[in-house]
Amino acid sequence: MRKYFRDIFQSIWTVLIGMKVTLGHLFVPAVTIQYPDVKPKLPERARNRLYVNMDDCIGCLQCKMACPVDCIEIETVKSLPTDNLGTTSTGQKKKLWVTEFDIDIAKCCYCGLCVFPCPTECIKMTEVYEFSEFDRKSLMYNFVTLTQSEIGKIKLKAAEFEKEQAAKKAAATQVAAASKASGTSASSSSPESTVKKSQKPS
Amino acid sequence: MEQFLRNIFDNDFFIYTVMAVVPLVWILPYALFVIWLERKVSAHMQDRLGPMRTGGWHGWLQTIADMMKLLQKEDIIPAAADNKLYNLAPYIMFAGSYAVFAAIPFSSAYIGSDMNIGVFYIIAVSSLAVVAILMAGWASNNKWSLFGAMRSAAQVVRYEIPTVLAILVVIMIAGSLSLQEINHQQTGWFWNWYIFKKFPFVFIAFIIYFVASLAEVNRTPFDIPEAESELVAGYITEYSGMKFAMFMLAEFVNMFAVSAIAATLFLGGWNSPFGDFLSGPFWGAFWFLSKGMFFVFIQMWLRWTLPRLRVDQLMYVSWKVLTPWAFVCVIGIGLWMML
Repeated sequence: MRKYFRDIFQSIWTVLIGMKVTLGHLFVPAVTIQYPDVKPKLPERARNRLYVNMDDCIGCLQCKMACPVDCIEIETVKSLPTDNLGTTSTGQKKKLWVTEFDIDIAKCCYCGLCVFPCPTECIKMTEVYEFSEFDRKSLMYNFVTLTQSEIGKIKLKAAEFEKEQAAKKAAATQVAAASKASGTSASSSSPESTVKKSQKPS
Repeated sequence: MEQFLRNIFDNDFFIYTVMAVVPLVWILPYALFVIWLERKVSAHMQDRLGPMRTGGWHGWLQTIADMMKLLQKEDIIPAAADNKLYNLAPYIMFAGSYAVFAAIPFSSAYIGSDMNIGVFYIIAVSSLAVVAILMAGWASNNKWSLFGAMRSAAQVVRYEIPTVLAILVVIMIAGSLSLQEINHQQTGWFWNWYIFKKFPFVFIAFIIYFVASLAEVNRTPFDIPEAESELVAGYITEYSGMKFAMFMLAEFVNMFAVSAIAATLFLGGWNSPFGDFLSGPFWGAFWFLSKGMFFVFIQMWLRWTLPRLRVDQLMYVSWKVLTPWAFVCVIGIGLWMML
């Protein structure tokens, strides 16, 4: 009998306690973040959209190697000895024209593995995370700052330069071969090594 | 109000139509508002925000948008359903809950029908909901629906007894079954309200009435008939579109009906709490509606506080707690009135 009364009293009392708790929460500010109106504060090391600062890129391909999903596509062209590509902000001399630097952000898995190997810290995560598109092709990000005509010229020059070099080398080998043929004593170099030498600088 | 209309118009039919439609003018905006309020209250009690975008300010258009959606929905009737009963049930449900308002005095000047057995009529007519629920559950031809309907019928019948006994306590003091008469007896300051009279008995009766009325309108913690986590949605599982909306409307109308009865019987109905201050027909309506809305809010508050009872616990509360205590109140008041 005592238990019966105590149960009734306790049930009423605990209901009142519960009501007090819920009423208290009625006036607690909501934890909801009204997303499109209010942007949540991202953690410091949040990984979002990639960005490449092409001024600093030396075309080392390290990010491409690191990428686990192969979403980075880079093409480089050697610069001529006469070209001055400038230096990066970290003080490294740039030696390659980067004629293609595409990131397929649709493939990107935001692992951040490309960020760490970069010697000039030019590829990095930004705070942009809203970049949905209607067309998947729009998610192919092209970071190269050179125009198509510039790239064409660079490639042409490089090809010419290579041809010149090749011609020079060919001439040099011819000279070497001639001197070898006319040489009296047995030369130290075997024919194989000569071929190797001629191919090396190309 | 009836007299006022009679002075202007001569047509009985027109007068009765106007009198019958007046509660609807309150009920429809009320339902729209309360569904929105319920979502907001539930959200804020859980530290959320609830609807925020529809209509600009705190999603105030949300219910209207939902209603539009429900209006446009396809009316799906299960192939194996009993067509007639299935289509009839939502309307009987709403008719039952709306019929209650015929005898509820909204103000000193307005009562749908000032009959001398108002309370009796309300108790009788509100039981119509059980019929509708059973119809819906049976006609849906779905085991969840049937389970819900059976539970609901059992629950409503079970909780009608403490409800009626608690109402009987007030009726014994008032000596009348007319709600308008009961209201007139509570005129004056708020200590004239029945809840503060004959102290322990009427107060206990009020609590019993309130708890039992929660069960009658299938609100948490007594919502086992539509227990979402067990029965999908109970007897409304198979309903969609406007028929679902009718059930929803009936549920919220029922909520207000039991709150209005509680306000009328125990809290002085349309009486101002401050004697003659702010009294009169229009202020009377204001006080009546605010008292009703207060109880509706408490129902929401309880809903988002308490978990659902088990079926055996539900039986326990009804048969072993509410009913005996209601009898104690009835006997106590009876003795008090005799002395």
